[in-house]
Parts: sequence; C-alpha cells; structure tokens
Amino acid sequence: MSDKNTNNGLLGWIDARFPLTKMFEEHLSKYYAPKNFNFWYFFGSLALLVLVLQIVTGIFLTMHYKPDGDLAFSSVEYIMRDVDWGWLIRYLHSTGSSAFFIVVYLHMFRALIYGSYQKPRELIWLFGMFIFLALMAEAFMGYLLPWGQMSYWGAQVIISLFGAVPVIGDDLTLWIRGDFVVSDATLNRFFALHVVAVPIVLLMLVVMHILALHEVGSNNPDGVEIKKNKDENGIPLDGIAFHPYYSVKDLVGVVVFLILFSVVVFFMPEMGGYFLEHANFVPANQFKTPEHIAPVWYFTPFYAILRAIPDKLLGVIAMFAAIVVLFLLPWIDRGKVKSIRYRSTTFKWLIVMLVISFIGLGYLGALPVSETRTMFARLFSAGYFGFFLALWWISKNETTKPVPERVR
Amino acid sequence: MLRILIIVPALLLPTLSWGAGGGYTFPQDKIEIDWDDKAAMQRGARTFVNYCLSCHSAAYSRFNRVGADLGISDELVRENLIFTTDINGEKTKVGELMKTTMMPAYAEQAFGTVPPDLSLVARSRGVNWLYNYLRGFYIDESRAGLGMNNGVFSNVGMPHVLAELQGLQIPKYKTQDDGHGNEQEVIVGFDIIKAGTLTKSEYDQTIYDLVAFLDYLAEPYKQTRKNVGTGVIIFLFVFLILAYALKKEYWKDVH
Repeated sequence: MSDKNTNNGLLGWIDARFPLTKMFEEHLSKYYAPKNFNFWYFFGSLALLVLVLQIVTGIFLTMHYKPDGDLAFSSVEYIMRDVDWGWLIRYLHSTGSSAFFIVVYLHMFRALIYGSYQKPRELIWLFGMFIFLALMAEAFMGYLLPWGQMSYWGAQVIISLFGAVPVIGDDLTLWIRGDFVVSDATLNRFFALHVVAVPIVLLMLVVMHILALHEVGSNNPDGVEIKKNKDENGIPLDGIAFHPYYSVKDLVGVVVFLILFSVVVFFMPEMGGYFLEHANFVPANQFKTPEHIAPVWYFTPFYAILRAIPDKLLGVIAMFAAIVVLFLLPWIDRGKVKSIRYRSTTFKWLIVMLVISFIGLGYLGALPVSETRTMFARLFSAGYFGFFLALWWISKNETTKPVPERVR
Repeated sequence: MLRILIIVPALLLPTLSWGAGGGYTFPQDKIEIDWDDKAAMQRGARTFVNYCLSCHSAAYSRFNRVGADLGISDELVRENLIFTTDINGEKTKVGELMKTTMMPAYAEQAFGTVPPDLSLVARSRGVNWLYNYLRGFYIDESRAGLGMNNGVFSNVGMPHVLAELQGLQIPKYKTQDDGHGNEQEVIVGFDIIKAGTLTKSEYDQTIYDLVAFLDYLAEPYKQTRKNVGTGVIIFLFVFLILAYALKKEYWKDVH
C-alpha cells in the first residue's frame, strides 16, 4: 500500500490527500469474503441496487410531482402521460418499492437461517432492523403521495392507529396529520419526510450497516468464522477478495433480478392490483370510503396481526411487538451454532412454522375480515410469536451437529 | 416437511372464497381488448365525445394526443372529436385537455353528484365491468326521476344516455339461495321492450369500441411500454450470457 501512495499521476495526487485507494482496498479489493456464498447472498447487493434506483427515479419524479391536495393526483397522471418517459420512471419507482421489500425480506431471512445476527454481528443486525423500520416509514409516506383513494384511506387507517395510545392518542394523531383528517397538510409533510428526511436516515444507516459488516467480516452458509484460519499474509484461507470475485458474481445476480423486475415494470406494473391497487386510480375523496381498505402487500403481515386481536390498543401493541421482537433476535437466540445446516431438527421446523405464519398473515392481511380468516390470523400470529418464544427456549440446550473447522 | 407443505395450503382453502363484492350481478360477460384494432378505438372515441364528454371529463388526456395515437389528423380531430368550447366561448383548441363544459355545481344539482372523470376508469373499474355496466341499464319505475337502474351498478345516478341506441329493456329474474339460506332475486337476462336504432349485436359492438377507447385512454402508452419492455428484456438476456461468462472466467481460480 505504501508504494501506492507514492504513485505519481492523478491517483497518487488524490491518495496523498484522500484515502481513495485505501478505501477501495478496505471495502472491495482487499475485503475478504467467504468463498461459499450461495443464492441467499445476492440480496444484500440487490437491496443496494434498488436503493440507488429508488433515489434516482425519485429525483426525476420530484421534478414533475406537485405535493398539493388539489394537484397531486393530476400531476402523477401528467407524469404518466405528458412527461417524456415519465411512465417508465414512475413504474420503476412504484415497482421498485415492492422489489425493495421482496429483496429485504429475503435478505433478513438469510440472516435468520444462517445466524448472521449472532455474536459478533449483533450491531449489523440492529442497523439492518433500523433500515427496515426506516424503509417501512419511507414506503408508508410515499404511498400517500399519488393521492388516490387507497393512498388516502390507507394513511387514514394507519395514522388512526396511533389514536389507540392512552391519554395522548387523539393529540398524537392530530400532530401527525397536522389536521383533523388526512389533508393537504399531511400530504406536504409526508412529501418532505419521504423525499428528504427519511432517505438521509436510510443512507446513513446503510453506511453504518456496511461499515459494521466490514469490521467483523461476513458470515456464510456454514456459519464458520473464516478469520480463524489465515495464511502467512493474514488473508483468510477460505476468503476471496470481494472485488473482483463477488462483484462479477453479483453482476449475474443483478442481471437476473433486472430481468424479473423488467417483466413487472413493462408487462404487469399493477401486478394484479398488489403493487398498484385499482382503487388508487380514483382521486382521494375524504367523503367516500372505499369498500375495502387494504395496505400494500408488504405491510399486510403486520396488519393481519393487528386485526387478529379484538382490542384496538392490544392489537396495535401486538403489531409493534411483531417488529420489536425482531430487534431482540440476537439475544433471543441463545445458541452457539449459527447455520441451520448444523442446528437441530426442532430449529428447522420452527423456521418452517415462521415462514408459513408470515406468508399466511400476509395473505390474510390483504383480504376483508371474516370469522374463519380471523381464526387463521390468530393461529398464524401465534405461530409468528411462537417462533421467538420457542427459539429462546430450545436454543439454551440445543442438540446440534458438529460444526466444521473450515467452510465446505 | 412435505406433508406440512401440502396440508397447510389445504387448510387455507376455506379462506379463499372471495367476497362477491355486492351489486355486481348481471351481465357478467368478458372481453379482450385488441390494441391493434385502431379503427375500433376511433369509433369508440367518436361515441365517447358524442355521448360521454358532455357530462364527464377526461381531463388527463389531450385531444391531439388521442388523435396522434389513434391515427387521426389534427384537422379531423377538430371536425369530428371537438364539440366543447373554452372559457372564451371559442371551440376548444386541439392541444387542450379533454374537459367537459358542464359546471360541477350544475352537475351536482342535476345528478346529485359530479360525474367522475373517465381518464382512468378502465384501470379503476376494469374493462369487463365497463362492458357490462354500459349494457346493463334496465327500466325500474321505483326510481323516481330516472326510471332506470343498472344490473352491475345498483342505484347508479347516471341516466341511460345510450338508450336511443340500445332501446329499453326489462330484467328477467330468478330466485336463488344467497349462500346463507335466504332466498333472493337475481337478474338472469334482459328483454328489449322498445327497440333502439341499433340491433343487439351492433350495440354490443358499439360498447366494445367505447370500452376499447376507454382502455386506451387509461394507459395511452401501454403498447410503447410493452414494445420497450421486449427490447429491454432481450438486451438483458444477452447481458446475462456475458455476465455469466465473465463470472465463470474469474471463478476458475477459486477452489
């Protein structure tokens, strides 16, 4: 590295003043990642790709969008019809929000099955969870901006949940909305938060997430610490440089992702009413409640938990608890073995239960309530929380398989 | 494991029964819009400006955009599609948005509600719903003033504007179980009691044309979107081959 710093030319000039080469080496060309990454390891870099996509398309949308209760809906249609390639930018952004959640849910699931949240990666997980939280806020506020019926009533329903907070509930909802109903005032503040405040927080958290990851190094499907076995130069025996090995591998993942993404953007941008809801093609009307109000699909699991509880306050608490419990995962899991490959059969069944519960809740949360559905929603809610309870219980003295010394 | 994967979806089946969604009863025909049939969309545009645009607007669309997309020259658009006037009382310019001249306050008084903008109605309601709705008006004396009702949109405030084309029809009922043990009357067909200027098949064709136009109006760039998409995906597949070859080349030395 020292000889790099004495390089002549532009790079040498920069390196003497800014750690460009040093940073490139630390985070890419000399960051050693385990060589056994599989399918599940594509989603981190894909999440970064979608983040950039959302920011770039978002900037162009902001150039034409009008955050005004009287103009917002028509400015979106103006983008779709009169702005050159406006339809493409808008569909990329609307599909991108759903893609972001798909990628992030899969990324979180990877961490779950390979124990990537366990010691010493607790902070990576916590930063990641804060990213997830910021992402939910970002998506929720962004969904109000098209100012369609579902934007409006979805926001109305979700904001009213804060009214369940004892004593200050009503004042709290008033403070969030800036009005007695969702109105122009709400639209303007959501626009400010969606376009400026939350993205800054998101970007900052992503940087912290990656810095924390590069400090301790990546986990892998075997859950083996590759830093335990280094060669004479201090390079992990099972590690390969992120660049070029994983940059070229991730490129393949990126292209496959973009193909699937393009199929949605160009051929089914509404995704049967799941990505863009039909009722959202009607302008917001505060005097006309739609027949059926459902949040966008990525919120439906949590919405189903809320509806499964008969009491409003308890429902809200349960819904927030469903997210809070994820934050605590590194301490709920008391196991010493990271990867699902070497954990007990019970653990595998618990994962199956969690996946079925989560998908079941997501499915039910998009539908109107009925007795049978509420019964199932309760069952799945129990399955969701049951996972964490059972994990805490079994992980103390779990029968695990021997973990190999090196990755396979 | 496998057993669970089979049993759980099976248990979920009872929840699959979708809500029928209230008033959607009869007719329930389905159509496919042929986007290559520009002539049908042109005819639909003519019906639209003659019968719909006097009360409804299509305020996100421009006359000349419709002309350009459907292959109608500005000259012909002026002559055949523009019957509205602007604020100075002059004929609406060809580059203007397709707004109705009806004042909202007047509409409110006449219909009890302002007729909705139709730019996006094909996306919010769907083409099948529109096709059935526009063919589903029937005589209902119990409705004061209108004397009409609709098999798809019960107690709708809109009069049957196309009655002169379709004629007037009365419903045929059948009694059936509503699924909760109660009996209810449902519409199973219509009888024309006063003929219009069009035959049934001609009227159906007119409505198909109109709905095809509304489908176009809701997403004018739909065909461009698909054409661009095809190119993008072909490009990405070629890129995928190269990216995969690159990956294989680099990963040769990883063991």
